[in-house]
Amino acid sequence: MYIEAAAGYLGVSVVLYAVFGGADFGAGMQEAFLGAHRRAEQRDVITEAMGPVWEANHIWLIIALVVLFNGFPRAFSTLSVAFHLPLIVMLLGIVLRGCSFTFRHYDTHKDQSHAVYSALFAAASFLTPFMLGVVAGGMMLGRVGAGGGYLERYVLPWASAFSAAVGLFVCALFAFLAAVYLVGETEDAELRGRFAGRAKVANGLSVGAGGLVFLAAQADGFPLVQRFLAHPASLACMVLATAALAPLWVALSKGRTSTARVLAASQVALVLGGWFALQYPVLIAASEPITLASAAAPDAVLRPLLYALIAGTVLVLPVLVFLLRVFKMRTPGHDG
Amino acid sequence: MPDLLVARVQMGLFLGFHIVFAAIGIAMPFLMAAAHARALRGNDSASRELTRAWSRGVAIFFAVGAVSGTVLAFELGLLWPRFMEHAGPIIGMPFSWEGFAFFVEAIALGLFLYGAERLKGWVHWASGVAVGISGVLSGMFVVCANAWMNHPAGFDWVDGQARNIDPWAAMFNRAALGQGVHMILAAFEATGFAVAGVHAFGLLRRPGSAFHRQALHIALAMGAVAAIVQPLSGDRLAKAAAEWQPAKFAAMESLFHTSRPAPILLGGIPDEGTQSVALGIEVPRLLSFLAHGDFDAEVAGLDRVPRDEWPPVAAVHLAFQVMVACGSILALAGVCVLLALWRRPQWLERRRVLWVFVLLSPLGFVALEAGWAVTEVGRQPWIIYGILRTADAVTPMPGLVYPFMLFTAMYGLLAAAVAWLMVRQFRHVH
Repeated sequence: MYIEAAAGYLGVSVVLYAVFGGADFGAGMQEAFLGAHRRAEQRDVITEAMGPVWEANHIWLIIALVVLFNGFPRAFSTLSVAFHLPLIVMLLGIVLRGCSFTFRHYDTHKDQSHAVYSALFAAASFLTPFMLGVVAGGMMLGRVGAGGGYLERYVLPWASAFSAAVGLFVCALFAFLAAVYLVGETEDAELRGRFAGRAKVANGLSVGAGGLVFLAAQADGFPLVQRFLAHPASLACMVLATAALAPLWVALSKGRTSTARVLAASQVALVLGGWFALQYPVLIAASEPITLASAAAPDAVLRPLLYALIAGTVLVLPVLVFLLRVFKMRTPGHDG
Repeated sequence: MPDLLVARVQMGLFLGFHIVFAAIGIAMPFLMAAAHARALRGNDSASRELTRAWSRGVAIFFAVGAVSGTVLAFELGLLWPRFMEHAGPIIGMPFSWEGFAFFVEAIALGLFLYGAERLKGWVHWASGVAVGISGVLSGMFVVCANAWMNHPAGFDWVDGQARNIDPWAAMFNRAALGQGVHMILAAFEATGFAVAGVHAFGLLRRPGSAFHRQALHIALAMGAVAAIVQPLSGDRLAKAAAEWQPAKFAAMESLFHTSRPAPILLGGIPDEGTQSVALGIEVPRLLSFLAHGDFDAEVAGLDRVPRDEWPPVAAVHLAFQVMVACGSILALAGVCVLLALWRRPQWLERRRVLWVFVLLSPLGFVALEAGWAVTEVGRQPWIIYGILRTADAVTPMPGLVYPFMLFTAMYGLLAAAVAWLMVRQFRHVH
């Protein structure tokens, strides 16, 4: 029971990281495609939208990490060894993204240096989610713990078509999420239209990348389709996520920003939920799979961890809601 | 370079980098809040300008601290997977609390930096103070985990596995509070004097500037109080080390041979091979008193420690001396500063005095880095003192030198970028 509760908290924090932190990465990706027309204004919308919340959104990753190494230490150490290389690239992305965004905002001189900040910000915003996807793909594929040389132990677990496809899928999803959120961040009709248009493109790309994931799975000999068929909960998540596409497009076209936001966030949550259901109870597919039970710390650790998580959540949640209310519910005319 | 050494140097780089930003992130919000409180009370343009300037500083240092802290959280596992597999469940408790404290800090910072027009004056001010308070808590929790590595508690070690884990006992290990207080004081001391140095330089360039004068007074007051209290905290920690970590203590003092009474060594270059010290001044009996409160007490030397459990003596001794020297200078400066602030504040603006503050400004951070080296290098060869050796905790992945070069290059560039930003910022307020 404690194991499931800790795993549940881990899952929720991953979902919240994707739904909030993922959108910040997606916003960075948008900057690569702003076009010449009203470029600076679009960039301002992105900066204003991310500025107050991105550091708080980022903390969900830390929380997930802490729950993982506290509650499921063997999963953390296995992950750290097999996915060392993609994880350090992800860390480079995290550092460069955060620093370039902050430097751009607070550098008192507005000169060419801002082009460097912006380029780094956009590039790092692709790099980090891509690597997260690569690691997630590797956690499913099951090439961890094969033994052998450097290549088999530290490269092949993640260097696969499947991992790359999951990486692209994550990028597309985050870009889509961000574009949907950004529609509600401005009252300028033209800019809203541009973000909505980009949301539709990114949505199309997400669907395409999702298809690519299935193709790559076939190429890597990973029976993803059969796995979905064998896990009704995963299948249900996928069907629901797909079914949400139609109302989402309607909401986007009619400018119902809150509805679109909720639908887009639910789609991302459903994709992750489907993944969790597909994996359960395995955390890392491997020659000897790391399951929740085999990775878990003893109850004497999990029980106090859960108390701490509950107490911490009770402390943080009201402040977090206050933050989001102050900055994200300010344009009553546009129900955003 | 062998992978173990690369891993250690890399971890040292990550921590040595992060600790600077973390310390500023802890102390600087209080400076900002002090200036902000003045700005809210009166119609004083200097304190408004100062609040703005310091908030920009907090924003930049916090962001770099947050991302470099994330790197550390991952690198604990990436470099030391065996350590985290054993230690994660035991010391996960303070890390969980640190996560939530960090959460509040990030939220409060967002509210402070972007909320000037949306929040009422006092709510806005309180959000700035909340950044500082949660920063202090966050630092205390992280140090709890580090103190546990020095003083492992809350489990039984049976056949290379931790049994009967009690996360609360691990979190509240006997060194947690003492080490935490020392770290937080160091953050206030280092940040206070560093910021004071910057504004002393500003006053040298623009004598009489109300902006720089106010900044200098606030920063000096904070740094001085912390610097005066810090030696008391350090004395307690040294006594604890003498009792609980005799190998570390003996290395700090370069005491190769158990002595009764023991002299204290000022300076000196220890040689592990010959077990002797070149140069240096000995003050008879003082070490006995400092370690045990008795001028005739016996102090255990490195001869009581098996040779393969010695920390690198020269490095620990040097780091300890540097820390004590810098700390003593700042404590002395702190007393003078408080006296001056009380009776003759105008003395602080004499050109020579201002130059002294400029020269003192890096000392707090030098002491902070040196002190951290004492506790980390002094714990070697153990990653969990007496339980798990660093060599047994390192990742099996070879070729660590390449990620090391990558991160060194990136952190080097990042440090240069922050320094450059600060210079631009400084020129801007002129």
